[in-house]
Amino acid sequence: MMEKVVDPKIYFRTCAALLALLALTWGVAYVDLGSFNLIVALSIAIAKAIVIALFFMHIKGSDRLLHLVAVAGLMWLAILIALTLSDYFTRG
Amino acid sequence: METTKIVGATGPSRPTVETQFDDVEQQREAAQLGMWIFLATEVLFFGALFLAYTVYRFVYGSAFVEASRRLDVVLGGTNTAVLLVSSLLMALAVRAAQLHQRKQLVRLLLGTAFLGLVFMSIKAFEYRKDFVDHLIPGAHFQWTGADPRNAELFFWIYFAMTGLHAIHVTVGIGVLLLLAVLAQRGKFTANYNPIEIAGLYWHFVDVVWVFLFPLLYLVGHR
Repeated sequence: MMEKVVDPKIYFRTCAALLALLALTWGVAYVDLGSFNLIVALSIAIAKAIVIALFFMHIKGSDRLLHLVAVAGLMWLAILIALTLSDYFTRG
Repeated sequence: METTKIVGATGPSRPTVETQFDDVEQQREAAQLGMWIFLATEVLFFGALFLAYTVYRFVYGSAFVEASRRLDVVLGGTNTAVLLVSSLLMALAVRAAQLHQRKQLVRLLLGTAFLGLVFMSIKAFEYRKDFVDHLIPGAHFQWTGADPRNAELFFWIYFAMTGLHAIHVTVGIGVLLLLAVLAQRGKFTANYNPIEIAGLYWHFVDVVWVFLFPLLYLVGHR
């Protein structure tokens, strides 16, 4: 993979998008959506993490091997959480 | 996306290749891969705490909502913005390194480190407030709400997670300051891999906070 220099505009837009998402999650916190508050807050956090990974951490346009490592880390985390919760939620 | 390809040899000085690598490309890939593998281990390092949070959030939901409301959402939100902007400066620093703009690189690294310090200052102010309000778990913890024991549990998790994150920010600030000194001496004109992988670390720490902010400060609606 050849190194690439990204147009700085991309970085400024990325940051603007992240700050907009922060404003959104902050604002939504003052609206009572019941259990959906958590779902909305988490979805926005995931969106922010994806934006950071794609544009700031250059996952976009980087080697597939790096994608594999990034996804592997998250997969192990998913296993850790899924198996533990399957225990807690099925206790008598 | 507008991208320009830069081949190493066109820069001010030819990149140095360590003996174990075939070429600059392979050296750069190895550095990045190593950092990403380290970050994957960091995911699991923080992951254990996120898991503890998840379990207790579901088991003691109402105590967590009540305890979370005691956190200062303005300070937490401001700190999120500070870290997001610091990530912008970091990304621009890597770009400056790619373009061999030494002065710009040093300035951006110092700027990123400065915002890291702003984050830590706000965090310290917040911890002090928590201390005064008797929210530090232990003998001096005071709670007038319904479920003091599980509210205290929330604060254990809050301090463990934000504390571990703060240690990471502190390490990041140290690395950035060191890189700024080395950059000033012209260390990265031939090989800017250290800047790039330090950037990956800094962005990762930002991502962790992106999750900590809603999970700790916005548990229920305010």
